[in-house]
Amino acid sequence: MLWACIVLPQLALDTVLRDRDDPHTPLVLLGGPTQRRVLQAVNGAAAALGLRAGQSLTAARALADGFNCVEADPARIEQVEQMLAAWAYGYSAQVSLHYPRTLLLEVGSSLQLFGSWAQVQARMREQLQGFGLRQRIVLAANPVAARMLANAHDGLAVTTPEQTRAALAQLPIERSGLPGEVAEAFARMGLRRVQQVLELPREALARRFPASVQLHLDQLLGLRRLPLAFYEPPQRFDAFVELNFDVESHEALLFPLRRLIADLAVFLLGRDCGVQRLDLHLEHAQGQSTLLKVGLLSAERDAGLLFELARGRLEALRIPAPVRKLRLQVDDLPRFVPSHQGLFDPRAAQAQSWEQLRERLRARLGDTAVNGLSVHSDHRPEQAWRSAEAAQGLALGPLAGQRPGWLLADPQKLAPSTFTVLGQPERIESGWWDGSDVRRDYFRIETREGLRGWAYQDIAQPGQLWLQGWFA
Amino acid sequence: MGAVVDLERLLEQRQVWRGRQTQVRPQGLQPTGHAQLDQQLPEGGWPVAALSELLLASAGCGELHLLWPTLARLTSERQRVVLVAPPFIPYAPAWLAAGVDLRWLAVIDASAQEVLWAAEQCLRSGSCAAVLCWPAQADDRALRRLQVAAQTGNALGIACRPLQAAGNPSPAALRIAIDARPAQWRVLKCRGGQAPSTPLARPRQGR
Repeated sequence: MLWACIVLPQLALDTVLRDRDDPHTPLVLLGGPTQRRVLQAVNGAAAALGLRAGQSLTAARALADGFNCVEADPARIEQVEQMLAAWAYGYSAQVSLHYPRTLLLEVGSSLQLFGSWAQVQARMREQLQGFGLRQRIVLAANPVAARMLANAHDGLAVTTPEQTRAALAQLPIERSGLPGEVAEAFARMGLRRVQQVLELPREALARRFPASVQLHLDQLLGLRRLPLAFYEPPQRFDAFVELNFDVESHEALLFPLRRLIADLAVFLLGRDCGVQRLDLHLEHAQGQSTLLKVGLLSAERDAGLLFELARGRLEALRIPAPVRKLRLQVDDLPRFVPSHQGLFDPRAAQAQSWEQLRERLRARLGDTAVNGLSVHSDHRPEQAWRSAEAAQGLALGPLAGQRPGWLLADPQKLAPSTFTVLGQPERIESGWWDGSDVRRDYFRIETREGLRGWAYQDIAQPGQLWLQGWFA
Repeated sequence: MGAVVDLERLLEQRQVWRGRQTQVRPQGLQPTGHAQLDQQLPEGGWPVAALSELLLASAGCGELHLLWPTLARLTSERQRVVLVAPPFIPYAPAWLAAGVDLRWLAVIDASAQEVLWAAEQCLRSGSCAAVLCWPAQADDRALRRLQVAAQTGNALGIACRPLQAAGNPSPAALRIAIDARPAQWRVLKCRGGQAPSTPLARPRQGR
């Protein structure tokens, strides 16, 4: 078993930064009680102003001006941790969030699929960079060793218990994860490295220190196991972004929307499923939240496509009141079947499949905008076609007369003396069983302009001709 | 003397233009299905991956008769054909009788402002073999966009516009005017050749 440990040292700050689209404005993260606000973390621009983590807010205000303050939000961090666990679930079935701000995952059994550890690591780093998270990654033979080695190393990979032990031996004692007072006691005894502690007789150690110390050392060496609770992916997706100001325009909602959908795509990839219906709640300061439903014809999971579809629907929406919070919910997670394409398909080079194009069109033009066409077996002209993409209907055999290529949605009155009648009429009499029965004589006509049309005369009210189609 | 140049190839690449074309040319990649019209067109049919314009004396004056053979050929090859905002309902029994495989036909409802957008999306996507659109107003720039999209998506773009637009310049590779009386086709412009000066009498429907 090989355990990878991914430590996210600045998770709180990175989480805030990735929700914002202005990375270059100074930003500090605030924590602590109301009486004494303390800077928990600062970004690069704020550090350039001379601000440091641990300063009090009063001191920071005295030093610099014009930096943004954001409250640290534990719930948001929890949400990001869940998202990351879902992401890591794509690499390994054993993912644990045992340590805070840390992902532990068993990768030994995943290397068969992903190739060498170097490849896996490079891929993980690239994706974490994409999420906007700084990271330290260490590989070791057991989870506790991986976590503790990550305190002092980045990119270290020790694959056998012996190598792990050798790497641990060089670890400074204060980085080994022992409680503060124990580490201090060791330091006062002149023991600076883990190696020196391990050389002590077990009995002496057991007499002087609590049992938890020996337990931790054993777990570090892999002699005893640390019980880990593994991550289980949830059956639904629910994430939100708090907007730190009132948003009334669509453009300002697009950035958080893109973020949410990117998280959703990560989740879907980890679960190996797609999404067909997503609910976007726009929560307002007051009143009922606005619900935007995005429905797709088939399951999809590509972040770019989902974003574009949601964006098309969002832009058509009228926002009734300022938006405070954007929430994305997906309850139903159908299986995702990637569309396949023949290698020798003449249109293989296409960038977009017809299904994707159809979704794009529906997103902007409305859910009912894209239709097929089919024949329905009925003699009445207005009943003889269907817009749904139905199974190929049975045509009525060879038609008696010619039919026009264009049909008018509503028949138009024809003024007399603007046309001449061609040939003999064709009688269509049908539909007595469903109430909308027709009894008509159909004529082919030619207008003065030279157009050929299809017009009928109702047998009950003779004399008036109604134009119903064009022979185009 | 320079290298021996194959005359046939020069003619094929259209580097040498022949004043009078007498010999029967091979069939084009996108024949219109009307032999006489194909004869008049330099590519032996619709210009491939480009926009063609049909200028109609009036909606319903014979555009379907010109288009049906092409649509029937494409749909029977299981290639998709899209109609964007047709002015009337395409009457399924007649289309079926004309040989169009309706399973490969899609009809898109779009408002007047969205027609060009939808047509461009369809052309550009590369998943449609032919896109027919009826733009309400289309200027030179909009048509150029369609032309570029057709080129990108390797699709046959066909825009049906009123005959009044014939006087305006257009980037379309082929422009055919359809007159109602007398019933005839006039090729106004064709890329890669001279537009024939004689109109072509067209067969009539609805007899």
